[in-house]
Amino acid sequence: MLTLHCPCCGVDADETDLHAGGEAHLKRYGPGSSDAQFEEYLFMRENPKGVHFERWRHVYGCGKWFLAARCTNTLEVFGTYPAQTLEPPQHIKDAISAKRPGWVWREFT
Amino acid sequence: MSNAVSALQARVASGEVTIREDGLRGMIILRGDLASKKLRNVCKTVTGVAVPAQGQADVTGDKGLCWMSPDELLVLVPYAEVDEALAAIDKALDGEHYLAENVSDARALIHVEGAFAREVMAKLAPVDLHPDSFKPGDFRRTRLAQAAAAFWMRDEDTFEVICFRSVAEYVFGLLAQSAKEGPVGYFAKT
Ligand SMILES: [Zn+2]
Repeated sequence: MLTLHCPCCGVDADETDLHAGGEAHLKRYGPGSSDAQFEEYLFMRENPKGVHFERWRHVYGCGKWFLAARCTNTLEVFGTYPAQTLEPPQHIKDAISAKRPGWVWREFT
Repeated sequence: MSNAVSALQARVASGEVTIREDGLRGMIILRGDLASKKLRNVCKTVTGVAVPAQGQADVTGDKGLCWMSPDELLVLVPYAEVDEALAAIDKALDGEHYLAENVSDARALIHVEGAFAREVMAKLAPVDLHPDSFKPGDFRRTRLAQAAAAFWMRDEDTFEVICFRSVAEYVFGLLAQSAKEGPVGYFAKT
């Protein structure tokens, strides 16, 4: 069972208290963008076996969205952080590097 | 005006742990900046208690405040005083970005009282309810089996549970069944 710490209300929430919101750090391409960019925004996902960044909503709790870094292979959680950011904070990157040296995910390392 | 009644009209399931629907209670959802001085002051005026810290509730008798999220409080007052409380909040927060709504008739309040109340709750919620982890004053929004609920402890043997009115029958049934099946002994006082 997956347990994620909600950075918005401080609760360690069980998976069943949460709602999965898909991949994190998507760049939203709107009017004026190319077809390829819009396609990427809509459909292209990493879907890795390993280090992954996701959006989660504490749906039965505070109702807020937050982001999580975890391993899809082992269910190990590297950390959670507020959604108001364009990239994972350094302490999250460091936590991943400690366990998965050399990890790469999209443009982040 | 029709006669207001609570969801289960004070139904009771008696036992070693008693489940009791608490009847009508004034409840106001208040969203806004919890750091706002005006908001904090009017909350204190209306309920008599200060805005609780994250994850906490401060409820005495029929009045109190529950921390729902970083921008939301649940204001509890006697049912008869809810219009007055709402008017006071609207007056105090005029000009601020906020939302205050009377949700009294959209909710139900259920008491769980007795020696193993903790276990009656723990069987139904994905929450660490060990006496060292969850204490009187702590507040939690989560689910009870399949329905959303929030609860806090009035004292060591009493939980107060809030759920949507539409699932009050279901939640009461869950709690009554959990109580009827008896203690697990996991949190047994040694
Ligand atoms: Zn939360």
